[in-house]
Amino acid sequence: MDVTILARLQFAVTTIYHFFFVPLTLGLSVLVAIMETLYVRTNKDVYRKMTKFWGKLFIINFAMGVVTGIVQEFQFGMNWSEYSRFVGDIFGAPLAIEALAAFFLESTFLGIWIFGWDKLSKKQHASAMWLVAFASNLSALWILIANSFMQQPVGYVLNNGRAEMTDFFAVILNPNIWTQFPHVFISGLATGSFFILGISAYHLLRDKKFADMFTRSFQIAAAIGIIATIGVIMTGHSQAQHMVQTQPMKMAAAEALWESEDPAAMSLLTIGNEKERRDVFAIRIPSALSLLAYDQLTGEVRGINDLQAEYEQTYGPGDYVPPVAISYWSFRLMVGIGTLMLIAVGYALLLAMGEQLEEKPRFMKAFVWFIPLPFIAISSGWILTEVGRFPWIVFGLMKIDGATSPNVTPGMLLTTLIGFTLVYGVLMVADIYLLLKYAKNPEFTDIVEMESSAAPAVSIVGE
Amino acid sequence: MDLNILWFVLIAVLYIGFFVLEGFDFGVGILLPFLGKDDKNRRLIINTIGPHWDGNEVWLLTAGGATFAAFPHWYATFFSGFYLALFLLLLALIIRGVAFEFRSKDDHPKWRALWDWCIFIGSFLPALLLGVAFANLLRGVPIDDSMNYVGGFWNLLNPYALVGGLSSVALFTLHGAVYLSLKTSDDLMARSRKVANQLWLPAVILPGIFFVWTYFSPQGYARLGIDPGMIPLVAGAAMLLSGYFLRKKQEGWAFGMTAVSIIFAVATIFLMLFPRVMVSSLSETFSLTIYNASSSPYTLKVMSIIAITLVPIVLVYQGWSYWVFRQRLTHQSELEY
Ligand code: HDD
Ligand code: HEM
Ligand code: HEM
Repeated sequence: MDVTILARLQFAVTTIYHFFFVPLTLGLSVLVAIMETLYVRTNKDVYRKMTKFWGKLFIINFAMGVVTGIVQEFQFGMNWSEYSRFVGDIFGAPLAIEALAAFFLESTFLGIWIFGWDKLSKKQHASAMWLVAFASNLSALWILIANSFMQQPVGYVLNNGRAEMTDFFAVILNPNIWTQFPHVFISGLATGSFFILGISAYHLLRDKKFADMFTRSFQIAAAIGIIATIGVIMTGHSQAQHMVQTQPMKMAAAEALWESEDPAAMSLLTIGNEKERRDVFAIRIPSALSLLAYDQLTGEVRGINDLQAEYEQTYGPGDYVPPVAISYWSFRLMVGIGTLMLIAVGYALLLAMGEQLEEKPRFMKAFVWFIPLPFIAISSGWILTEVGRFPWIVFGLMKIDGATSPNVTPGMLLTTLIGFTLVYGVLMVADIYLLLKYAKNPEFTDIVEMESSAAPAVSIVGE
Repeated sequence: MDLNILWFVLIAVLYIGFFVLEGFDFGVGILLPFLGKDDKNRRLIINTIGPHWDGNEVWLLTAGGATFAAFPHWYATFFSGFYLALFLLLLALIIRGVAFEFRSKDDHPKWRALWDWCIFIGSFLPALLLGVAFANLLRGVPIDDSMNYVGGFWNLLNPYALVGGLSSVALFTLHGAVYLSLKTSDDLMARSRKVANQLWLPAVILPGIFFVWTYFSPQGYARLGIDPGMIPLVAGAAMLLSGYFLRKKQEGWAFGMTAVSIIFAVATIFLMLFPRVMVSSLSETFSLTIYNASSSPYTLKVMSIIAITLVPIVLVYQGWSYWVFRQRLTHQSELEY
């Protein structure tokens, strides 16, 4: 196999894997900080229990995000050395700032939070969690600034065959980041909310032992979840509008729109023939795509054939069409799940405001099955973002071919690809095992020990 | 001082910070199977570094990110060149980080034993590999005229580099043993002291051999960047003093001395490299320097402002976190997890 395919495969595996844990970190850190703040404010024991319980799950998840992040930091140099040489001047900066400004803060204060229960005042302890939440999301901001440069290069000049930074503020104020960061940040909150809704529902359906704590958790998650889900959809909408402007080919691929249209119809279901660039079967809603793109019923959305012709003119001969089926289906999956999530969280809110949750209302069980939804939506969102940029690694400036390390052989790449996949696979099993164990048994977190005044002098939780 | 030099210094500082801090927690990880007689002991040992290991590791991540930002060619050549070694390093760091969080969350003895081994391997291997990598930076590696490394994996495992790797293992393990004797109490403290005393000799001899070899090898002294003068001697003197303080049971001072020793040893390496960041063994003209490998002056300027603002803040709160957890751990300690 050739190096480019293997390098891309490896990037996809390691990054999707990293981003499997990250959104939960982004959202849950904020939610746990809110719970602990409620504890500080009200001094009610139920909030302490909630902080401990969700905090424990947060930590188990966090560990995986950290260790997979280490690979991320170095793999641009390992597999994509030509790319690194080309963009290092610009791309390296946000990465370094991310480490300096965010990772230090996050890791130091999480250490303090985990081990500092009896060393800090309650207020200080809650502040530590807020710092962790702030730093996690700050790290997302900086890495997305780096990613935004790949989607929409700004603030640079080409010099000696490299992109060199000319305007730092243009790079960090990239228009792309203004739609991308809110969407990612809020999707993290939605992920955290669905995680809490699902696990709370599980316990509320089973027994009443921790009913107070899980009722509260369910209510908080429903309230934040509805805001987050609406927010994800609204920011997603602005992402789409931005995409039509800056990467019209990605939108055309996401809609399987072969020819330009005005007003443009949106596809509900298309089965296409990618080679011949035509529909085999299609159901389309008239004018809906124009509405999505411009907030009005008319307006031209450009099609694949048009754009291909234009890009050949601008950039020279070549294939500028991203994999249409992948882009199309990943977009459908994300938007479909977004819609489903809205319905689900709307129902959750009704439940939370209305009847007693412990009375086991109908459909409660479904929330357990909804936990994976945001994770799937997020991965498909990224697949659209990254695959839809084909053939560019940096849009308009550098193609994926030729971005890899010339001195890395397919054998080396295959070794590391298999190595990472195996190790990640095993760790995923162990992580899910622990998450399930602790999610199912709140007794295992130190909720209970702390309650009895005759706490043993030595308590090793987990034993 | 131009900004290229400033960034060379900053990256040296990041690596020094990393080796001083992560150095002892690698050492603690290496000693875990030897000093942790029972489960309670092992938990205590791990907890001495529990709140700190991730913050310490970020020094390496930051060094990586800073290299990318300031010297993209160094980043690209170094990590694509030392490919399989870096892969092993990453795997080791992965299993180690996860192990710290996972090991106590299930009480099956096999589960714990498995993760304890991961902590050991995950600490030993990086200590070794990082020593090997830095020795190779000094020795020079085959880099061609387009800045690409053209050697293989086995090129990196030459005897000189292996001595370098063993030196860093010995040094970090001693550093870790002293740290443990500083942070524990009772029998665990006594055993840590004993091990520290036993480790002292190899931790003097191995780096000693390495530095003598460096000075007398054709790759070493003759191609020196800056003559480090007294600096390696300070490292050596600090090592001797650490032995003295160990014998007098003054762990605080002993720890300070092993730290000084690491600081000056790493500083020596960077001085000998300067102004190169990677030495080509094929031709001196192919070497990467702080000028031909660097970012544009504009990027360096922006990053200088940011780094000079942020690094002191980081030092303050990381320092504070060590202050919060300054007490010795005892068997009575409430052990989180
Ligand atoms: C909970 C997760 C989630 C949900 C429910 C949605 N998204 Fe999303 N989406 C993401 C999570 C996400 C993401 C993982 O966070 C992405 C990947 C890259 C990015 O910026 O955000 C993303 C990317 C992404 C992109 C690609 C941006 C680009 O390539 O420049 C578009 C156009 C949308 N989203 C639009 C939507 C719309 C119209 C939704 C309506 C329901 C929607 N998303 C729901
Ligand atoms: C924000 C930081 C990110 C950066 C800088 C980044 C950069 C890159 C790079 C360099 C590649 C390889 C070149 C290519 O194939 O286009 C790539 C591909 C890819 N990335 Fe991202 N990425 C980021 C985030 C993510 C995340 C969070 C995910 C998933 C959860 C993701 C999913 C993918 C996938 C699936 C590919 C493979 C695409 C393909 O084969 O064409 N990326 N990205
Ligand atoms: C491809 C580019 C990426 C790189 C180089 C990268 C690097 C890293 C590194 C080195 C860590 C570990 C930090 C530690 O030791 O504490 C980490 C963790 C983290 N990263 Fe990434 N990352 C990437 C993509 C992303 C993206 C796209 C996001 C969010 C939008 C993100 C958010 C986070 C967060 C929140 C953490 C904290 C730990 C956790 O995930 O649980 N990262 N990342």
